[in-house]
Amino acid sequence: MPAAIVRGGLPWKPGSADPPTAVMPGGWHYFTAQEARAVEAFVDRLIPPDPQTPGGKDCGCAVFIDRQLAGPYGRNESYYMMGPFQQGTKQQGPQSALTIAQQYRKALGALDNACRGKYGGRTFADLSDGEKDEVIKGLEDGSFKLEDFDAQSFFNLILTDTRNGFLADPIYGGNKDMAAWKMIGFPGARYDYRDWIDRHNERIPLPPVGINNHPNWSQ
Amino acid sequence: MARKLPQKDAVIVGLGWTGSILAHELCNAGLDVVAIERGPWRDTATDFLISYAQDELRYRLQHELFLRPAQITVTFRNNAQQTALPVRNWGAFMLGNGVGGAGVHWNAETFRFLPTDFVCRSHLVERYGEKFLPEDMTIQDWGVTYDDLEPHYDAFEYLCGTSGTAGNLNGTMLTGGNPFEGPRSRPYPTPAQKQGYGHTLFAEAAKQLGYKPYPQPSGNLSQAYTNPLGVKLGQCTYCGFCEWFGCANYSKASPQTTILPVLLRNSNFEARTECEVLRINLDSSGKRATGVSYVNSSGEEFEQPADLVLLCGFQLFNVQLLLLSGIGTPYDPQTGNGQIGRNFTHQTMSTAVAFFDKDKYNFNPFFASGAIGMCIDEFNGDNFDHSQLGFVGGGYIGQVRTNGRPLESMTVPPGTPAWGIKWKEALRDNYLSSMIVSGACHASFYSYRDIYLDLDPTYKDRFGRPLMRMTIDFHENELKMSAFLTDKYAEILQQMGAKQIVKQPRKGPYDVTDYQTSHLCGGAIMGDNPGHSALNRYLQSWDVPNLFVQGATAFPQNAGYNPTGTVGALAFWSAKAIVSQYLKNPGPLVHA
Repeated sequence: MPAAIVRGGLPWKPGSADPPTAVMPGGWHYFTAQEARAVEAFVDRLIPPDPQTPGGKDCGCAVFIDRQLAGPYGRNESYYMMGPFQQGTKQQGPQSALTIAQQYRKALGALDNACRGKYGGRTFADLSDGEKDEVIKGLEDGSFKLEDFDAQSFFNLILTDTRNGFLADPIYGGNKDMAAWKMIGFPGARYDYRDWIDRHNERIPLPPVGINNHPNWSQ
Repeated sequence: MARKLPQKDAVIVGLGWTGSILAHELCNAGLDVVAIERGPWRDTATDFLISYAQDELRYRLQHELFLRPAQITVTFRNNAQQTALPVRNWGAFMLGNGVGGAGVHWNAETFRFLPTDFVCRSHLVERYGEKFLPEDMTIQDWGVTYDDLEPHYDAFEYLCGTSGTAGNLNGTMLTGGNPFEGPRSRPYPTPAQKQGYGHTLFAEAAKQLGYKPYPQPSGNLSQAYTNPLGVKLGQCTYCGFCEWFGCANYSKASPQTTILPVLLRNSNFEARTECEVLRINLDSSGKRATGVSYVNSSGEEFEQPADLVLLCGFQLFNVQLLLLSGIGTPYDPQTGNGQIGRNFTHQTMSTAVAFFDKDKYNFNPFFASGAIGMCIDEFNGDNFDHSQLGFVGGGYIGQVRTNGRPLESMTVPPGTPAWGIKWKEALRDNYLSSMIVSGACHASFYSYRDIYLDLDPTYKDRFGRPLMRMTIDFHENELKMSAFLTDKYAEILQQMGAKQIVKQPRKGPYDVTDYQTSHLCGGAIMGDNPGHSALNRYLQSWDVPNLFVQGATAFPQNAGYNPTGTVGALAFWSAKAIVSQYLKNPGPLVHA
């Protein structure tokens, strides 16, 4: 938006707004086919399916991450990315010269290479559930090393993004059909609870609503 | 080559709360005023729309309404032995951007400081003796008293329509309010907000333990309100998408909902947005500001001359501009000389997470506002005897839970794996019955010799100017205080019937990735003497009398409350001095 001179009254242009763009399913915008296989497998172990609630894969967490990495989040657009780059203390926060999207690319490549080495030539997606969990535990505690990439940093990054995909508004590609919100009992993008604030310790029967998602709206 | 623009009576740097208040007061006094704002124009109808304002990912996690570090940031280190590195993504604090500033996204928790907070040093020395204070603690008296500011606290609260219950009305104590507050001349303009189940349970338990809980004073209004300027605010709907977000209901007090509609009708006011002030210009004596230089979004540089300069930016950038402009002497922690950059403080935050029986308790945490909650002040300031405790300072303790937003409400009992089916089950089973209150213990942060701001020697902003460097860590005093307050909060949670309590007292080192309010203070503090302050009691620069510096920059140390109420009161107090004294006779208002 260009610099504006504002005087004489509140500026007003009818119809101006900046709604979020809904993620359209289908295809990958950032991940290669191999990366997508690895991430779908990964998110489904981080958040496994159960009889009531789908897992990370069917909730669309991999789609969420893919679309995020293809956009400003993946490009670190809001980050200060001027050098010099140097590692600091934990308290000084992330100091990588790589964007988040570049970090995923590098780490996923290293992950599949490490798996091939340890599991007889099989990549992460081709491991059994037990083996995948072994790998993820190893990334979590740092014992499963990735070449040229810190295992725990990658684990923390993908865990955060998976959880965000699970619980964010479905408009971003995850939390399919608001499954996660139904699981926990969060009514979603509702905005008026004046009739409810005084109703203490009651189970409120409001099904969740998303920004472009409501049980009464046809899809 | 910078283009020189026509002279204005006053130029205001930053159009947030203080910029809006000052602009309005000066325009009413007949001045020709221009406000220069780094960020974009923002307004409810175009930017905080009810159909998509409730987007946790966009606004809370990805900070869409905030300043981006890509635009400007700061560097950070714990101590002088470390190399400061850039804050590449916000963590410990989030900085506002755009018209309305932090007033757009704040919680609207609207407190007054205690009378003793303004005479912090002399009060504590009188009660406990000089030796009770750590040798390197640099707290000071403010140079103004609570009584000086009372009419201006009142003005800010009535501007906002603040919802609350008075505790001390001109010396008469009223039940239900804060028994420790300084006397107020009028009740709050609107009644306190309603409280949710968790907040109410906390208040009951606190009463059972002998405390006197009171509703948190809220700028999210309990009912529709027309302020003294004639601007109308709506009734808060307890939507739970308050802090970090713009309000779609016109029910959160902000410059947009209280001042701007009237200010913009003034023909003698102009705002220029997406323009960044590079420096305050001085004449050859160095004692008079001639105006500011700024760059617009196309990169063109302008010089805006003005008779009066008001620095109304966020605390960090006020200090940065003073240093970049060569105003005052930069603080040197070795010698202790120099006023600009010293007495830099933040806020000491802690909490305890509580898990309750899910078959008996359903807190519906999403029914909330940004300033809902019940608080106790028994352990704030010097309201309690510190002599056997080994620390000074304190804070309010409250069940001030503002939301049930899922991405911020994932805390599960300790020992739960971070992933897998057990994590999923724990989240499912605890979401409605856990009590996660990040702001439960909201305590003071006193000032120290080795906590300060200066210009970074290495890292630059996009104009090539040095970034502000923060050198900050926790001292024993604040950590002891935090442990004490956290224990008190945990006792109340116990009384409430929690089955498991996980205490999280503040621990060092200061971590710039861990959010702990955006209440950064100090760096150009007010006082009664230029030997130990940058500003006089009216926020006028001792060095450059036609420059006034607003905001929490002026706080000599931070108290156990959210700062905005005091920032607003100081703005009205300073504005009154400018209009009634300075404009009639420009020059130093205080001769020390």
